[in-house]
Amino acid sequence: MKALVIDDSRVMRRIVGGILTGVGFDVVEAGDGKEALARLEENDDVQLCCIDWNMPVMTGFEFVVEARKRDEWRDITLMMVTTEGEQNQIVRALAAGAHEYVIKPFTPDVIVDKLQFLGLVEAKETL
Amino acid sequence: MSIAPEAFDFVATLVRQRSAIQLEKGKEYLVESRLAPLARSAGAPNVDAYVRTLRANTGLHDAVVEALTTNETSWFRDISPFNMLRQHVIPELRNQGKRHLKVWSAACSSGQEPYSIAMTVKDHHADLGLSVTATDLSEEVLSKARLGAYSQLEVNRGLPAPVLVKHFVRKGATFEINPQLRDQITFRKHNLLDQPPVGGPFDIVFIRNVLIYFDVATKREVLSKVRRSLAPGGYLFLGAAETTIGIDDSWERVHEGGASVYRPREGK
Repeated sequence: MKALVIDDSRVMRRIVGGILTGVGFDVVEAGDGKEALARLEENDDVQLCCIDWNMPVMTGFEFVVEARKRDEWRDITLMMVTTEGEQNQIVRALAAGAHEYVIKPFTPDVIVDKLQFLGLVEAKETL
Repeated sequence: MSIAPEAFDFVATLVRQRSAIQLEKGKEYLVESRLAPLARSAGAPNVDAYVRTLRANTGLHDAVVEALTTNETSWFRDISPFNMLRQHVIPELRNQGKRHLKVWSAACSSGQEPYSIAMTVKDHHADLGLSVTATDLSEEVLSKARLGAYSQLEVNRGLPAPVLVKHFVRKGATFEINPQLRDQITFRKHNLLDQPPVGGPFDIVFIRNVLIYFDVATKREVLSKVRRSLAPGGYLFLGAAETTIGIDDSWERVHEGGASVYRPREGK
């Protein structure tokens, strides 16, 4: 399984990437939406993108809109991971084609929970 | 009842040292509600007295840390029981002719479980009526549950984003549950060793991650009270690590898609 982590903060890429590696993903990174589109062109086996909203060059929201125009990428799961927590922003991102939305700050289990719902990590009952 | 500050500090320090989890001021209700079952099973009159025994008996520390860390309540985090509810239990109750479901969510803590039940019915069986009786030992967690308002950290956990935006409205720093869902739930203070709460007989009882803290005799007693609170054809949900097997053979287990639910055996 391969995941693309899109964030302009190298620290955030490392944190999110570390969580994903821990549940079995190979991780590639991008620092903005435009670079992320290029990474997707190079890696046709990406199944999941974790996407920050506010980034230079191309925002995460613009990336979602662009990625959803491409038929060959329609099976990729798009998950926003952002400090933007206004309800209308969550609604907008979901309407544009994002599947999930994580508001920063978060704990690692939040990401893992979401991946379980999305069927990307095996769900198991916990205590 | 309210935990003494020195007892809270002792438990907070213990949990921080053993798990790195911070229990800040304001989490007294959590310590109280999580430790109350342990205190009861140890024969202590209240949580403060139980914490005093902890100072001398380090052998009890593991159970305390576990109680405060492994059972964090959160929405659909254990997704399989809710899938079981939606795909198997509710359709079966429909086949029995039920048009209004009565549900008991026992040890409901700050309300995530009863609200998750209400969201499941609303999203997948909207034509059914629903009344949920949600109970807990702690009046403090019930006050929080009644508000139906949760922080961003609380809604991040185990609540899918499409469900969040559908059933909650953001008000300032908190997300508030749709009042229509809230109105389907009655919150009551209740001790599991007392007679079942009013609102029954229930078609479905959720009593998850509570029995693990009781000894076998108490488990039997609680299960017997739950059985009497169920309507004919009703179902019982337990936690993933809990079972009636070997404790009370008047239940049969129904296993579907990785989750289990229990029904009283015929003639028992």
